[in-house]
Amino acid sequence: MLKSYRFREEREADWRKLDLILTRAENSGVKALSDAEMTALPQLYRQAVSSLSVARSISLDQNVVTYLESLCTRAYFFVYGARTSIGERIMDFLRRGWPEAVRGAVWPTLLSFLCLAAGIGLAFILCLQDMEWFWTFNGENFFDGRNPDATVEYLRSTIYTNEGENGQSELAAFSSFLFNHNAQISLFAFALGFAFGIPTAWLLVYNGVSLGSMYAVFWQKGLGYEFTGWLLIHGVTELFAIILAGAAGFVIGGAVAFPGQKTRIASARASGQKAATMAMGCVVMLVIAALLEGFGRQMINSDVLRYAIALTSLVLWCAYFYLPRTERQV
Amino acid sequence: MTDTSSPARPGISMEAAQRRRARMAEKMRIGKLVRTLVTPEGAEIHLKLATVAERAGALLIDMAIQWAIVIATLLGLSYMMAAMGFDNANVAFAFWMVFYFFVRNFYYIFFEIGQKAATPGKRALGLRVAARDGGRLTADSVLARNFMREVEIGLPLQFLLMGGDQLGAWMALLGLVWSGVFLFFPVFNRDKMRVGDLLAGTWVIKAPKATLMTDITAVVTAQAQASRYAFTPEQADAYGIHELHVLEDVLRQSSPEIKQQVAERIRGKIGWQAAAGETDLGFLEAYYAALRRRLEQRMLLGERKADKYDTRAKP
Repeated sequence: MLKSYRFREEREADWRKLDLILTRAENSGVKALSDAEMTALPQLYRQAVSSLSVARSISLDQNVVTYLESLCTRAYFFVYGARTSIGERIMDFLRRGWPEAVRGAVWPTLLSFLCLAAGIGLAFILCLQDMEWFWTFNGENFFDGRNPDATVEYLRSTIYTNEGENGQSELAAFSSFLFNHNAQISLFAFALGFAFGIPTAWLLVYNGVSLGSMYAVFWQKGLGYEFTGWLLIHGVTELFAIILAGAAGFVIGGAVAFPGQKTRIASARASGQKAATMAMGCVVMLVIAALLEGFGRQMINSDVLRYAIALTSLVLWCAYFYLPRTERQV
Repeated sequence: MTDTSSPARPGISMEAAQRRRARMAEKMRIGKLVRTLVTPEGAEIHLKLATVAERAGALLIDMAIQWAIVIATLLGLSYMMAAMGFDNANVAFAFWMVFYFFVRNFYYIFFEIGQKAATPGKRALGLRVAARDGGRLTADSVLARNFMREVEIGLPLQFLLMGGDQLGAWMALLGLVWSGVFLFFPVFNRDKMRVGDLLAGTWVIKAPKATLMTDITAVVTAQAQASRYAFTPEQADAYGIHELHVLEDVLRQSSPEIKQQVAERIRGKIGWQAAAGETDLGFLEAYYAALRRRLEQRMLLGERKADKYDTRAKP
């Protein structure tokens, strides 16, 4: 009888037991395992791993070595893999990961804010001096008629929802369209950061320009105060999200361009995960912004209330991100 | 183990030497995709990286599934709208838009964050995502590697669809080349990483589930036919490990005709006279057992005979 055959015969039952446990865990989660199986697992795993190294040196049975290789890989990823449930991961993200990532990126956030503000400011000033700029920036068809040629009455009507007006469902569609657009832009701003952050900066300025030129239109018609309320009720959240997405892009861009002591790859990796957490947070913020836009803005027509909500949301976001908190001991 | 650079050994025909070299080159190519992971127990696990082709295949499957989901929900929604008489079509469409966004961006994240760390497409091809440092795959990594997808696939697509006048076309071409760098990134690095993998500290490995089959030598020992097939040491030394593995494959999966041909060749090579009532299968199994016993013995002494041409270690 072959040595390798005897070796296999003695251990095969344990391998198969481990295989069974792993299959069950992979198919129906950790919770499907009994206590006995959970206790047996590390022991079986170690046995399989040592079987593998022995098999490599004494057995020429291809099938056995391949099988053990696959079994050990699966077991390794299970034993040393993340055991947290999706709910725990989400709670951890909200409680710790997200605010921590944002707090750690204050300078990129400021840079991102400056890019957006520069775009807004530039377009606003240029448009106020000469409205021709609006067409240069935005092309012909833009924001369904909210352009310099519109009347004050028309512009005012776009800011407030009249009683009995049946545009609710259309507006819902529009705000979901905007959410899609904004969220996709945010993810783009994050991902483009990889190219040293340059496309991210351009994206921010460009978005600022289209906002600033529209602002100028309303400002010129004497609707500045009303428009600000209309914009900021959800805009605080939305713009904050876009700024943070840009910041996430800059975090990556900075890490790739200036790796410092680390290698470029290590540096990209260290910052990439934090930046991704920020980008995920942006999507959450944009969902909230879309809700504020779709419901809040249509139902609240008082300027004061709109300003109050805008201010409250700003305070809440800042508190959530930047307020120092005591680390809970784990 | 075996060096490929050594000159042709005496007694090898040109053709055989060429075949052998091709085999070695193929082995090296595959070897380049293998990474060694040392577990905390100090044991080595060999991880095989997924090839670019496999990953592209997985991506195509996943994209097909995504489109199927999106189109099916759209059809289902419009059917329901029609049944209810076009009421509030906009609201329904609004929800579908949001749904579309999440399918587009979170399909991969949803599956990779789970226990299997693989999307259905990856699972179909036996692939999974793993952290490059061998640690656990964090949610942050999964987010990072998938958010980057926008740039890797979305961007080239956008430039491809962008057209316009002459200047626009040139800009589009320039953009296409630039974004193509992201798309073809995995082709140009050793670890076959996407930009997203690089950023997230992950890679994609091939970890198919293997099944344990019965040991071929078990049949031989059970039948106690050892006396019938008594091979001399010279006969058992005719082949090396490569041929043993080929023989294993032949025994496990090939047709009776191929088994017969293989048996004829082996009999010819080792000068074996088939006794009356001897089946091809019986002969092959017995020879497999004898060859493996011999090679395993030599391996214990530190001699790995790679193939039949390997004569460095004389028995």
